[in-house]
Amino acid sequence: MKLTNWRRFWLSLFLALPMLAQMLLMIWGIMLPGIKTYSLIATSLIMLIGAGPYIQSAWAALKRHQANMNSLIAIGTSVTYVYSLFAYFTGRPVYFESAAFILIFVLLGDALEEKMHDRAAASLNKLLELQASEAEVKRGEDFVKLPLDQVKAGDIIKVRPGGKVPVDGRLVSGQSSVNEAMVTGESMPVAKKPGDRVIGATINGSGSFLMVAEQVGEETMLAQIVKVVKQAQNSRAPIQKLTDKVANYFVPAVLIVSILTFAIWDVFSPVGPVKAMLYAVSVIVIACPCALGLATSTALMVASGRSARMGVLIKDGEILEAAAKIKTIVFDKTGTLTVGQPQLVDQVGDKASLSLAASLEANSEHPLAQAIVTSAKKGGQPLLPVSDFSAEEGKGVEGKVAGHLVKVGRADYVSAPDAWRQQAEGLAEAGKTVAYVQKDSAVIGLLALQDAPRPEAKAVLSELKSRGIKTVMLTGDNQQLAEKIGRQLGIDQAEAGLLPGEKADRLAKLQEAGPVAFVGDGINDAPALSLADVGIAMGSGTDVAKEAGGIVLMTSDLTGVLRALDLSKQTFTRIKLNLFWALIYNLIGIPVAAGLFSFIGVSLSPELAALAMAFSSVSVLLSSLMLNWTKIAGAGKN
Amino acid sequence: MLVNGLVILAAAALIGLIIWWFFGNFQKSSQQADLANGRQEGQVVVKGGYEPEVLYLKQGVPAEVTFKMEDKTACLSHVVFSSLGVDKDLSKEKLAKVQIPTDKAGEIDYACGMDMFHGKIVVR
Repeated sequence: MKLTNWRRFWLSLFLALPMLAQMLLMIWGIMLPGIKTYSLIATSLIMLIGAGPYIQSAWAALKRHQANMNSLIAIGTSVTYVYSLFAYFTGRPVYFESAAFILIFVLLGDALEEKMHDRAAASLNKLLELQASEAEVKRGEDFVKLPLDQVKAGDIIKVRPGGKVPVDGRLVSGQSSVNEAMVTGESMPVAKKPGDRVIGATINGSGSFLMVAEQVGEETMLAQIVKVVKQAQNSRAPIQKLTDKVANYFVPAVLIVSILTFAIWDVFSPVGPVKAMLYAVSVIVIACPCALGLATSTALMVASGRSARMGVLIKDGEILEAAAKIKTIVFDKTGTLTVGQPQLVDQVGDKASLSLAASLEANSEHPLAQAIVTSAKKGGQPLLPVSDFSAEEGKGVEGKVAGHLVKVGRADYVSAPDAWRQQAEGLAEAGKTVAYVQKDSAVIGLLALQDAPRPEAKAVLSELKSRGIKTVMLTGDNQQLAEKIGRQLGIDQAEAGLLPGEKADRLAKLQEAGPVAFVGDGINDAPALSLADVGIAMGSGTDVAKEAGGIVLMTSDLTGVLRALDLSKQTFTRIKLNLFWALIYNLIGIPVAAGLFSFIGVSLSPELAALAMAFSSVSVLLSSLMLNWTKIAGAGKN
Repeated sequence: MLVNGLVILAAAALIGLIIWWFFGNFQKSSQQADLANGRQEGQVVVKGGYEPEVLYLKQGVPAEVTFKMEDKTACLSHVVFSSLGVDKDLSKEKLAKVQIPTDKAGEIDYACGMDMFHGKIVVR
């Protein structure tokens, strides 16, 4: 049978029960018969079961000039045990129970710690468990069930209603809605039609569809998320350097303090060498550098797992620490504060103009053209056949629709009369782009398009403001337009007319006033994202790991910025709290154990010191696990 | 009086010994990984620390380092390469293999789960 820490603990506790009973009976001055000899035998066994591994590990470390927590436990228990042996055979009072209970508490601490460490790490496994285990893949004429690792890019896969999408790919036929919450944090199901991307591990709704596999294995979005989270969980926050420094000196320093404790009590007080030894052992046993080491790493582990489940990927601890200190957030406008695609917002004149314009624009690649076509389709307007189509770059398009010559474009292109131009100016002043629609020789209508702000933008910006964070918008638009949108959203500062390269310069200027976060799209804004203290990329690509920016939002939802800030702040606060606890434990625990406060009746026996030590690691771990339940913007409890 | 003097002397000697032993300038154990069939394999024994503490790898040759767990305490149960995103639970895997990228020369640090024990792999 393999002796795990749990088994060692239970076995030792069982052996020590009579000693525990004796400790309690002592209060009434009762001595169990033969307890001294029983203690000798039981403690010898416990030493063998419990202390063996610690002593072996400590000895191996000592040989290479290192000391660690195991050294402290080994020395603490050995000293009490060996002295008690000597005392037993020379007829003095014995302290076997100290050695036994030090070990029992240390074993309990180790076992609990292992368990909780596994719990903290489990957040990552939860992500992995999302993956489907097999896929229905087309082989020849039939669909066969294959394990996931046999699926190759290019395979055609059938996804049934309620089934999991096995890998990343694109719909080829059928339609459905897919719940992507586990990957993107977006709670509403997303409608999918042929040509749309689907992400592995997401859950299909009521439709069924065929998809072509594009990314498999290590390349899927989920695999990449797991990779980033893993990296983040094992990364270090700068605050951890403190513990690195402390760790090297900690154990030898504790040993020295303990020797001093013994010498001072023995020489300068009347308590005698035995009591002095017990104080010295308490010092050794209570000092625990482990809590210090666990303080940062476990908090990071829990936080990065939780944030990934909410669609926020934080790449490492350094970013987390920086994000907690952000004073200014800079937003790119197009595609970040706004949807990024112009939409038809106003229509003036003949209602038929939209249908005519859309019929023509269906032949054009221009982004505005796409917006007109989409709006027409949405409004149920028919697209009519077009002949003699021609386009003039940057001006407009024309063609024959239903026997009429139709032109769509700028004012000059259609030679619009003044009355129409005045109406158009009014729309342009409101920040809209206007297209004229001309049927035969007369203008019949205007289509006004605008890149609308994201629906959540205003709320997010006002929330940021209430937290005392300055918001800035950078855009290539003209100043007038920028200010208009800025006012609409309630942004603090709008910088307009910037070329892509200039955004980075502006950012550098803003950084002079304090740490700055930049929110933008992962591909176009890469320079600004990497320059900012914290780069927040609005997820668009699938290559999460390579995307610029220390934080990647899996959805184009600005609430993710708040989530990222909330999480960073809470995690960093938790780390500081953990470090504080761990330090306080030692700062208070060591003097108390050394008997400094014994004159007011406060002192610790070695076994109580061991209990306190075990509890310190466990309490730090518990505190980190609490991060799973703290309140985060726009997220319920997990 | 004599006993007290002896206690103080012994304590001072012990403290001196501790300072010398733990903070003295001792050589760290180091080793070069074995090279065979265009691959290199290193082994680090985990027992009260990492042996060797410094493992040398040749640049450009694919490398794998095996961590051999011989310690039964919780302290050393994890080995964490923070720069590689690797965290191996040695209490579950007695022989844990870690692939080390050798495309760039430099030092790769690793530590136990609590960041108390440190080891190093040097690619050169």
